Amino acid sequence: MAGTMRPMFLRRAYRQHPAFRIGSRDMAGIAPGIAAWGLMTGVAMAKSGMGFSECLLMALIVFAGSAQLAAMPLFAAEAPMWVILATSFCVNLRFLVFSAHLRQYMMMLPRAERLLSGFMTADLSYVQFIRRYPDGPMGRRDRLVEQQAYLAANGGLNWATWVISNLTGVLFAPWIPQHWGLGFAGMLGLMGFGLSLLSGQQNLGHVISLLAALSAGAVAVMAVSLPLKLNIVLAIFSSVALCLLIEPRLNQLKSHRSTFLR
Amino acid sequence: MIGLAWDWVLSSGLWTHLSIVLMALLTMITRSFFFIPDREIPWPAWASRGLQFAPIAAVSAVIVPEIIMTNGELITTFKDARLYGAFAGLAYFVIRRGKGQVVMGTMLAGMLVFLPLRLGLGW
Repeated sequence: MAGTMRPMFLRRAYRQHPAFRIGSRDMAGIAPGIAAWGLMTGVAMAKSGMGFSECLLMALIVFAGSAQLAAMPLFAAEAPMWVILATSFCVNLRFLVFSAHLRQYMMMLPRAERLLSGFMTADLSYVQFIRRYPDGPMGRRDRLVEQQAYLAANGGLNWATWVISNLTGVLFAPWIPQHWGLGFAGMLGLMGFGLSLLSGQQNLGHVISLLAALSAGAVAVMAVSLPLKLNIVLAIFSSVALCLLIEPRLNQLKSHRSTFLR
Repeated sequence: MIGLAWDWVLSSGLWTHLSIVLMALLTMITRSFFFIPDREIPWPAWASRGLQFAPIAAVSAVIVPEIIMTNGELITTFKDARLYGAFAGLAYFVIRRGKGQVVMGTMLAGMLVFLPLRLGLGW
C-alpha cells in the first residue's frame, strides 16, 4: 500500500506512462472552449451579487460549472444553505449516472484515490475517457495504470483550465461595468447546458425531457412568491413526479405505434 | 451555546463560505457516488428513472424565472434584451444541432444579441 495515497497526477508511474500524454493531448483539444466558458462563468459569478471572497472560494474549490451557474442567483438572493445544496445536488445528479458506469474502472484503487479520481472526472473527461477505454481494467494492473494515467492527465488539465480561467474571470470582473448585465451570460451558459441535456436523449426521451423542462419552468414562475427560493425546489419535485407518472404511458404509446407501423 | 454559535455563523457571512465548501464536497460525492463504498449499492428502479429528469428540471427551474421575470413579476414588454438574447442562444443551438462547444456558443451568440440591445437601446 506504500505510496498509494499520493495524489494521482503526482505519481511517477502515471506521469511517465505514454497514456498520460494522450490524455492531456485529448483534453488540450477542447481546453480553449473550457477556458472561455470558465472565464465567462467567473465574470457572471462576480456580477451576480455574490461577495468577492465567495467568488474566489467557489472558483478555487467547487469545479462544477453548471452547479456554480445554478447556485449564483441563489447566493445573490440569500437563499438558505439547504436550498442551494439541494439545487446543486439536482444539477449534479447526472454524475451519479457517470459514477455507476465508472465503478468498474475504479474499484481496484484504494478509496481515497477513488474519491480524488471521481472529483477530477467532469463531463468532458468522462466522455473522452470511456471513448478511449470502453472496458475497465478487468483485474489487470497494467491496464489500471494506463487508464488512471490517461484520466489523471485528462482530468488534471480540465481542472487546471477551469480553475485558472474561472479565477481570471472573477479577478477581471471589477473592470467591467455592472449595467452591461454580463451576469446574464451565466444564464445563457446554463441554458446551453440544459439544451444539450434535452438533445442528448434517444427514442422519445426528448419529449419527456421537454415536458420536464416546461413543467419545472412553469412551476418555478407560478410559485415565485414562495420565500427562500423554494419555488425552485417545488418545481424540481413536481416536474420529476409528473415525468415519472407520464413516462410509462408514453412508452406504451411508443410500442403501440411501432407495432402499428410494422 | 450551539444556537449562539449558529447565530454568529449566520451573521458573519460564514454560512456562504460553508455552503461553498459543501458544494465542493457535493461535487466529489456525486462524481464518486457508486464507487465510494466497497460493495455495490442496491438502487430502486424508479429512483434511476427519476434521476434522468432531475437535472433538466433543476436547470429549467433556475433559468426560466431569470429570463422572463423582473422583481417577481412576469415582464410585460418586448423591450427586454434578455428575451432576444435567450432566443439567439436557442437559435445557435438549433442551427448547430447541439454539436461541438455548444454551451460556449449558446452563451456567446446570446451575448452578441443581448449586449447591443442592453447597451445601445437600454432594453
